[in-house]
Amino acid sequence: MNKINKIMMAVAASVLAISAQAQVTVSDAWVRATVAQQKATGAFMQLKSAKDVRLLEVRSPVAGVAEIHKMEMADNMMKMRAVDSIDLPAGKVVELKPGAYHIMLMDLKAQVKDGDVVPVTLVVEGKDKKRETIEVKAIAKPLNQATQH
Amino acid sequence: MKRRSVLTLLGSMSLLACSRTPVAFKGIDITGATYASDFHLRGHDGKEYSLASFKGKYLLIFFGFTQCPDVCPTALSRAVHIRKLLADKAEQLQVIFITIDPERDTPELLAQYMKAFDPGFLGLYGDMKQTQEVAADFKVFYQKVPSGSSYTMDHTAITYVFDAQGKIRLALKHEQTAEQCAADLRALMAA
Repeated sequence: MNKINKIMMAVAASVLAISAQAQVTVSDAWVRATVAQQKATGAFMQLKSAKDVRLLEVRSPVAGVAEIHKMEMADNMMKMRAVDSIDLPAGKVVELKPGAYHIMLMDLKAQVKDGDVVPVTLVVEGKDKKRETIEVKAIAKPLNQATQH
Repeated sequence: MKRRSVLTLLGSMSLLACSRTPVAFKGIDITGATYASDFHLRGHDGKEYSLASFKGKYLLIFFGFTQCPDVCPTALSRAVHIRKLLADKAEQLQVIFITIDPERDTPELLAQYMKAFDPGFLGLYGDMKQTQEVAADFKVFYQKVPSGSSYTMDHTAITYVFDAQGKIRLALKHEQTAEQCAADLRALMAA
């Protein structure tokens, strides 16, 4: 009995680990390349979470400061503001894209060149307050690359 | 009877309206606007420029800053795309980027930034006072917003179109596609 319990717990633990790892899937992660003296840029990606979580924190070794920003256009005036978090509702694709949310990378330590792989760490928190870290590799795309427009 | 005459009147009014505006622009037609009559700024190439410097060219003028992650590179990429769509007419178009962040946008940075989009694009800058004056004259609003250890800028995201006579004609919205902008420019060039 004791043994079975242990096995059950082990199975349960491994299932938890799998679900935790697969909780948030990231696709099409990219960063806009910069020119040499440029100190800031944006990272963009699509996020899909299996459970309701919130994107709480972002980090990148290429930037001194990384923040979650929201771009808003009102009366042809563009505003960007740091937001505390982004809700990732279960099963819904949330896009960080030009014209909406982006990860603002500031105090860049070096130029981000076309084709560079930029590591970005995402920290999400579930309703149970448990945090999970997701490592993302974002590819740098050229500055003049045409966007959705 | 009375209703019919009202309808006829409405019909003829709309006909009149149609004949007055043969070109339906996607952008905002601001022909005849009295603002944005000129500017005096320095280019990233070190030369001085005013509207008269570009006589004979159509102009796309956008105000922004190079540390911008979203709107400015999107608007400039769109300008690259517009020039491609204009094909043989592209030579008639000069793209101008006026920085609203002269503190950080040095001539060297502007030069690199313009080149990353198109070597033909021109970055213009002034000192703080000149920047304020040109922005006010173009009805462009901007303000610094602290962000982290740095700052970002709120700003108007309109692209202005000037005709070959140096007259302001259109305000292109940020949401307009490159195709819509190119169609507006072609219509303007053909008029």
